[in-house]
Amino acid sequence: MREKFIQILLASAASASVIIMIGIVFSLLGETAGFFKEVTIKEFLTETRWTPLFTPAHYGILPLVCGTALVTLIAVMVAAPVGLASALYLSEYAPDSLRRVVKPVLEILAGIPSIVYGYFALTFVTPIIRSVFPEANVFNALSAGIVMGIMLIPMVSSLSEDAMMSVPNSLREAAYALGATKLEVSCKVVLPAATSGIVASFILAISRAIGETMIVALAAGSTPKLTFNPLESIQTMTAFIVQVLLGDAPFGSIEYKSVYAVASVLFAMTLSLNIVGTLIVRRYREVY
Amino acid sequence: MSAQEVKFRPHLERRKCIDAALKFVFAGSAFFGVTVLFVLLFRIISDSLGWLDLQFLTSFPSRFPEKAGIFPALLGTIYVILITAAFSIPIGIAAAIFLEEYAKKSKLVSFIQLNIYNLAGVPSIVYGILGLTVFVRWMQLGRSLLAGGLTMGILVLPVVIVSAQEAIRAVPDSWREAAYALGATKWQTVRYVVLPSALPGIMTGVILALSRAIGETAPLIPIGALTFIRTLPKSPFDSFTVLPIQIYNWTSRPQEDFRAIAAAAIVVLLFVLLSMNFIAIMIRNKYQRRIKEV
Repeated sequence: MREKFIQILLASAASASVIIMIGIVFSLLGETAGFFKEVTIKEFLTETRWTPLFTPAHYGILPLVCGTALVTLIAVMVAAPVGLASALYLSEYAPDSLRRVVKPVLEILAGIPSIVYGYFALTFVTPIIRSVFPEANVFNALSAGIVMGIMLIPMVSSLSEDAMMSVPNSLREAAYALGATKLEVSCKVVLPAATSGIVASFILAISRAIGETMIVALAAGSTPKLTFNPLESIQTMTAFIVQVLLGDAPFGSIEYKSVYAVASVLFAMTLSLNIVGTLIVRRYREVY
Repeated sequence: MSAQEVKFRPHLERRKCIDAALKFVFAGSAFFGVTVLFVLLFRIISDSLGWLDLQFLTSFPSRFPEKAGIFPALLGTIYVILITAAFSIPIGIAAAIFLEEYAKKSKLVSFIQLNIYNLAGVPSIVYGILGLTVFVRWMQLGRSLLAGGLTMGILVLPVVIVSAQEAIRAVPDSWREAAYALGATKWQTVRYVVLPSALPGIMTGVILALSRAIGETAPLIPIGALTFIRTLPKSPFDSFTVLPIQIYNWTSRPQEDFRAIAAAAIVVLLFVLLSMNFIAIMIRNKYQRRIKEV
C-alpha cells in the first residue's frame, strides 16, 4: 500500500516535466491567438517592417528574424571552427595533464552568466570594433555575435570532444599503421567518424544562439532592420521581448500580445532545432 | 629505379610540416578560451577597482553611483534561490528516482525523457513568459519573489532531473540486489541504499543548477523584477530585484560610473558562482575517490 503510494508520488513528479511543456505551449498560444485576431498571418510573415511601438504600427517579423539570423551566423562562425579545433586538440593531441587543466577552465567559461558576456561585449569588444571600423554603431550585431560565439565555444568543444572520444582507438591505430600522420588520422579518420556528434553540437549551438537574450539586449541594439551589415544596430527576437516587457505595455494591448507572437516563433525555432540535435546525439551515440 | 618506386611519393617532409603547423593552430584554439577567460576577469576586476567596498555591499541602489549599493539585490538573489531550491530539488530528485528505478522501458518513459532534454533547451526568456502568464497573472501572485523563485525553479528542473539521474545510474546494481536479497522492498532499497550513495553526485548537480539560476537574468525580466527597491522584501509576495537584473540596469546606462558599479556587482556575482562551482567540484572529487575504494 505504502509502496504503491510512493510510486504514484514519484510518477507525478516525473510527469511534471510534461505538464511544464504543455504549460509553455498553452501560455504562448493563448495570447498569440489574440494577436492574430488583429494582425493577419500574411502581414506577420511577409511585411518587412516591425514597428509595434509606433504609429503607424507594422507587424512583419522578418526584420527581427533577420537580426537574429545575423547575430547567430556571426556567433556560429566564431564558435564552430574554434570549438572544433579545440576539441580536436583536446581529444587527439593534448597530453592528459594538459587536458585536466584546460577542460575545467572551459567549464568555468561555460558557467559565466550571459549578462557578464553582455557587459564584456558592450564595454570591451564594441570599443575595439569601433576603433577598427569607425562607421560602426555603438550597438552592433558584430560585437554581440563575436561574444556570443565565445560563449558557445565550450559547448561546441565539449560535445564534439565527446563524439571524438567515442571513436574507437582501433580505427586510429589502423590509420597509423598505414603511415598516416596525426593530422591525417584526425581529419580523415576521427572527424568523419564523429561527424554526427559534431553536427549535433553545431545545431544545439545555433539553438542556444537564437534563444540567447542578455548579450543582444545589451550590445546589439533595438532597431529592427532588414540588413546583413554587421556594423549596424539591429534587434533580435529576444531583445524585442525584453524591450517591451521592461516598458509598461498594458495587459491585453497589441504590443503585449506581439511579445507572445514573437516568443511563439522563437520557441518553435529552438524546439525544432533541439529535437533534431538530441535525436542525432541519441541515435548515433553508441554506434561503436 | 623502377617505375613503381618513382610513382610512390610519400611527401613525408611536407606532411609532417603541415601536421606540426596545424597542431599549433589547434592548440591555439584550445587556449583561446583560456585567454578570453583571463582577459574577461582582468577587465572586469580592473573596471571595478575602487568601487567594491563594504558600503557597496550594504547600500540601496541610488541615482548617485558613489552612494549606490547592491544590498536589496543580494538579498533578493538569496531569497529567489531558496524558493527555487525548495521547488526544484524535491520534484527533480523524485522524478529522477521514478525514471531510473521505477519506470519500465516504454514509449511513454522515453517520451518523458526526450521531453526533459527539450525543456533544457528552451530559451530562458520563454520560461520568463511562462512565469508571467501562469504565476504573475493566472495565479495572481503579482510581480513577487514567489513568482520569480517558482519561474527559476521550473527553469532549472530539467537540469536537476538529468544530473540526479546520472548520479543514481552510477550506483552499482549489485548494491540494489544485495538489498533485495535481504528482503528490502523497492522503496526501502531506494531510500536506504541508492539515495545515500547517490547523494554526493546529486548535490553536485543541484549546486551547479542553482548557480545557473543565480546568473540568469532573462527569465526575471518578464516577471518584473524591479531595479529600484526602496524597501527590502519581507514576505514571498513582495516585489524584489536580483543581482543580474541590477547589473543589466547599470550596464545599460551610458555613464562611465554606472558601468564601474556594474563591474563591481559582476565581481560579487562571479565570486558567488565560482565558490559554488568550487564546492561542487570538491564534492565530486571526494565522491569519485569513495567509489574507487568500493
